[in-house]
Amino acid sequence: MEFLQPDNLREAFEMRASHPGAAPICGGTDIMVELNFDHRRPEYVLDLTRVPELAEWSRENGGFRVGAGVSYTRIIEELGESLPGLAMASRTVGSPQIRNRGTVGGNLGTASPAGDGLPPLYASDAEVEVASLEGTRRIPVAEFITGPKRNALGDGELITAFHIPEADGPQQYSKIGTRNAMVIAVCAFGLALHPEKGKVGACIGSAAPTPVRTKEAEEFIEGVISESDLWQTRREISGSALRRFGDMVEMSAKPISDVRGTAAYRTRAVGVLARRTLSWAWDEYRGGSR
Amino acid sequence: MKLNCKINGEFREAEGVWEGESLLYVLRERLDLPGSKNACEQGECGSCSVYMDGTLVCSCLVLAGQAEGRDIVTVEGLADEDELHPVQESFVEAGAVQCGFCTPGLIVATHDLLERNAEPSDAEIREALAGNLCRCTGYEKILDAVKLAAGKNGKGAS
Repeated sequence: MEFLQPDNLREAFEMRASHPGAAPICGGTDIMVELNFDHRRPEYVLDLTRVPELAEWSRENGGFRVGAGVSYTRIIEELGESLPGLAMASRTVGSPQIRNRGTVGGNLGTASPAGDGLPPLYASDAEVEVASLEGTRRIPVAEFITGPKRNALGDGELITAFHIPEADGPQQYSKIGTRNAMVIAVCAFGLALHPEKGKVGACIGSAAPTPVRTKEAEEFIEGVISESDLWQTRREISGSALRRFGDMVEMSAKPISDVRGTAAYRTRAVGVLARRTLSWAWDEYRGGSR
Repeated sequence: MKLNCKINGEFREAEGVWEGESLLYVLRERLDLPGSKNACEQGECGSCSVYMDGTLVCSCLVLAGQAEGRDIVTVEGLADEDELHPVQESFVEAGAVQCGFCTPGLIVATHDLLERNAEPSDAEIREALAGNLCRCTGYEKILDAVKLAAGKNGKGAS
């Protein structure tokens, strides 16, 4: 095994190009487990922790560009106000030690259906920025993640950042596990209200081969809200509409049964999470804090 | 490869480091610092917790080369000479040490918590120590120890 340690982005792209198959490492919370357990022996490891460009975030029109190497702890502390859904999800990641090292870039690279950082990106239509010596491209997150542990990253490319709009309404994230900490989600749900656009974004985590947007449920609840003029009046959404939203989300789930839970449990649970997160977000909207 | 970093205030060099080994392995097996414990090797148990550039991390999840030039503080670096650190003292006084295997990680994690939050609530303590497993105490005595340590130093326990 050879250890490559670029000092800047340009060097990182060069090393990535000249060492095909080099495994990028940043926080190490996924790949170090594979190395420690001898599950993987990459010929080259490419350490991205010295690349300052990856550890930066900046405002851009209407949102943020967040470097792939920004830790969950920093997302919570520095961007929690502007990206509340992603911050909520980040708080459920591992433990303080894991959040200090783990990154959303790593979640995107690993592309696990259970990645906690992913549903908030889907719910807000975030884009993934990947780059190489050849140039930079931006890919909608739902197109970037192509399957369980698979993504659209090209051979010479590195995940450099994600672009996400600033919250324009209440956001929620909820996750089921056996503890509050240190768990891989049995299932999860992220939701974002976009009152000015009259839209609701929602995404299932850990109950399908990839995170999945719940288009039909979103359109249904958008219809309910606009028909009764609820964006303007901020009145309650009826219990039956909330339940119907949950039922429709269940129909989008395509879970497997594994050690963490059965497919039937996951399907039901994700519907309950959908109903609850919508009612929490709507209560916040009614309170008028955003 | 060679690895140079500052550990507990001293510049140290480790030779013959394999590129795929963890900082934890370097500390324990090459630098004679067995305080950080090796248990799960997957970031689940917290018994290998150390500071890297002031940030609490699981040393089993830091690839050795990533620590090059960094400032590492292990549990061995918290106390002055022969005096226990107040956090260590509190763990002993509160009966928070049984088999002792999780203790070094919990000491470092508690130290980090009290640096950031001098008077943590019970919920904040539980959250801060959620990544450190103990299979003996049932955690109640550990909570007592953290509160005792917080009380010992008006501001943190540094």
